[in-house]
Amino acid sequence: MLKLFRRTKEEELADQQRLHDSLEKTRSGFMGRLSTLFQPNELTEQTWEELEETLIMGDVGVETTLALVEKVRQRARQEGLKRTDQVQAVLKQEMLALLDHPAEMALDEPRLLTVVLVVGVNGSGKTTSIAKLAKLYKDHGRKVVLAAADTFRAAAVRQLEIWGERVGVDVISQGQGADPGAVVYDAIRACQESRQADLLIVDTAGRLHTKYNLMKELEKVRNVAARQVHKAPHEVFLVLDATTGQNGLSQARHFKEAVDITGVILTKLDGTAKGGIVFAISKELGVPVRFVGTGEKVDDIAFFDARTFVESLFK
Amino acid sequence: MFETLTEKLQTVFDNLSRRGKLTEADVDAAMREVRLALLEADVNYKVVKDLVARVKERAVGAEVMKSLTPAQQVVKIVHEELIATLGQPAKLDLSGPTPHVVMLVGLQGSGKTTTAAKLALHLRKSGQRPLLVAADTYRPAAIHQLEVLGKQLDIPVHSEGDKVPPPQICANAVRRARESAYTVVIMDTAGRLQINEDMMRELEQIKQLTKPQEVLLVADAMTGQQAVNVAKTFHERVGLTGLILTKMDGDARGGAAISMREVTNVPIKFVGVGEKVDALEVFHPDRMAGRILGMGDVLSLIEKAQATMDEEKTRSAAQRLMKGEFDLEDFLGQMQQMRKMGPLSQLLDMIPGMGRLTKEIAPEVTDKQMKQIEAIISSMTREERRRPEIINASRKRRIARGSGTTVQDVNELLSQFKQAQRLMKQLAAQGKGRRGGRFPGFPGLPLG
Ligand SMILES: Nc1nc2c(ncn2[C@@H]2O[C@H](COP(=O)(O)OP(=O)(O)OP(=O)(O)O)[C@@H](O)[C@H]2O)c(=O)[nH]1
Ligand SMILES: [Mg+2]
Repeated sequence: MLKLFRRTKEEELADQQRLHDSLEKTRSGFMGRLSTLFQPNELTEQTWEELEETLIMGDVGVETTLALVEKVRQRARQEGLKRTDQVQAVLKQEMLALLDHPAEMALDEPRLLTVVLVVGVNGSGKTTSIAKLAKLYKDHGRKVVLAAADTFRAAAVRQLEIWGERVGVDVISQGQGADPGAVVYDAIRACQESRQADLLIVDTAGRLHTKYNLMKELEKVRNVAARQVHKAPHEVFLVLDATTGQNGLSQARHFKEAVDITGVILTKLDGTAKGGIVFAISKELGVPVRFVGTGEKVDDIAFFDARTFVESLFK
Repeated sequence: MFETLTEKLQTVFDNLSRRGKLTEADVDAAMREVRLALLEADVNYKVVKDLVARVKERAVGAEVMKSLTPAQQVVKIVHEELIATLGQPAKLDLSGPTPHVVMLVGLQGSGKTTTAAKLALHLRKSGQRPLLVAADTYRPAAIHQLEVLGKQLDIPVHSEGDKVPPPQICANAVRRARESAYTVVIMDTAGRLQINEDMMRELEQIKQLTKPQEVLLVADAMTGQQAVNVAKTFHERVGLTGLILTKMDGDARGGAAISMREVTNVPIKFVGVGEKVDALEVFHPDRMAGRILGMGDVLSLIEKAQATMDEEKTRSAAQRLMKGEFDLEDFLGQMQQMRKMGPLSQLLDMIPGMGRLTKEIAPEVTDKQMKQIEAIISSMTREERRRPEIINASRKRRIARGSGTTVQDVNELLSQFKQAQRLMKQLAAQGKGRRGGRFPGFPGLPLG
């Protein structure tokens, strides 16, 4: 597949470094124990217990943790593994397998206008992530426009406009209280006509996935895009705060049902939280993580790389 | 699908009650489920360990009430232990000379700004003169957000733009409050990671300059295992006086509340239950405990019900439900009323046993299915609704025709109803065994 947007090797390395750095903090915390766990020692019952504890503390979740540990135990038996470092390799494989997804994103395919919808619960980091994405893709030669379809939260439009100015991309808005669908309609027209843009990223209001009416509203926004642009929205990103516990799975499930999310942006990885819930999201819902947020500045974003992510946990 | 603790415990406890006696092995089996469920509810791993140890100690101990099955006894102990850990709700401390200074702190995106506005409104309603302070100079438009909210509520906002250091803004605000006779100053600080040294030092400075009476950690109910570290560090650095749990209107089980209470021992002062400025409630430990256990939130349900339907009806419906007199009319009535109130599954989860019930009826009761249930029950005679056992094959055919469904659909509904009825009877029986006839694990329920 021809890609408009291809990362250079250096960029990939920089991404890995950023992810690695952000995980460094985590590693010194509870995940750090994973590393010490995997000194080449004899396997004992305690090894397994500690492993379980470490995964659960990383918000991987009881079910996924038990399944992972059981699988690795089984393989350890079958393959006659005796040392913790051997088990480490097997565990890494199994964790990687949970995150396995095709690398291609619809976002990177060439087309006249690509529409990206960004959704999530309140405060997860949608607007900030959109600013980061806008900069990332603008730097790679895309003509980016943002749509301020969070017309609900006080000053949400202003927040996006400030980011737009900083990044140097246009923001289409109709102010607070406007119909989000109408904003998206306008924004698509603007992209196709006056702005000649090829990438539209839509900021939506934060909403709890259990709110029936708000989820319906989101479906409507999605439909507006679908009617105007062939196969739009081409990507629907769920922005998930890495600090979130097991509720993350419920979030992903509901948003998938309502607007068919295509990927996750995992934010706030610069904190101590791991975002271990993405293993369950990836496995149970088949939704891959695409980007990670590693800070509050506009460059604090990296492509998600499963190998780096898992690898870094064991460093 | 998540299995709620109720479901899991019910399975374990079904087994236990069949054996009739509580041995240490029984308790161990139950504790495994309790442990897993608490972890699923996001209670911190280490906190769970301590909690389970406490519960186990009490469960294996002597206190077995005559009126309870061993299973019920264990649920009761877990529930009580959670309530004890959650602690009693506490009001804001507004003693001493004015202005009282309230400082809100927390991670990014936890809901501080909205909560600041909610608190200001709440305090004004109780006769205070609040002043809001825009001390988040980092997030774009954060100041503007607070100003918009202030304007909406007609509550003044002290802001000095984003160029002045936050500690200075806060100190100025307190001075202004003193001069202009504001009685409460509510400071909205920027969200920050507890590991960001510079930002944590900034909080210490603000605290030092303004001497707040209340330092409240605003935390998201969806927080996972890190809740412990977050609360602990904030507490160590700025000495918390209370917690506010936000986004409680979602479906998060909220185990983080337990974790944060355990490490800080400061009271939970409020919970945020919506985006609107009046969506701030006092904290109810019993409801929270029920929610963490996935046992439903009967009081909230009844409150919600009262808002949409008249009290008399609610009371009698609830009473019948508690007594186990539960026929198809009640079944339909419940379903209809609950549908008026919002998403079905969310509401059903609030009734004890209903979590399991919904799943036994259908994993996901959609609106379409609901219409079908309505159609089928509406096609029954009064007598049939009261005494479903009289519905024979020919009646079934008639009902199916009348409701535009199939006999199979009717059969399915009837068997679902039977399960519901059985469950209600079980629950009611538990209720009767207790002093005051209250529902087990739901102290204070004014019914039955
Ligand atoms: N440390 C850190 N903070 C982040 C990250 N991403 C976003 N934030 C912060 O999280 C807070 C909320 O971010 P927003 O982008 O406003 O979140 P949102 O999802 O748009 O919020 P609503 O529109 O109110 O639902 C802000 O203070 C951001 O600076 C991240 O990767 N790391
Ligand atoms: Mg936003």
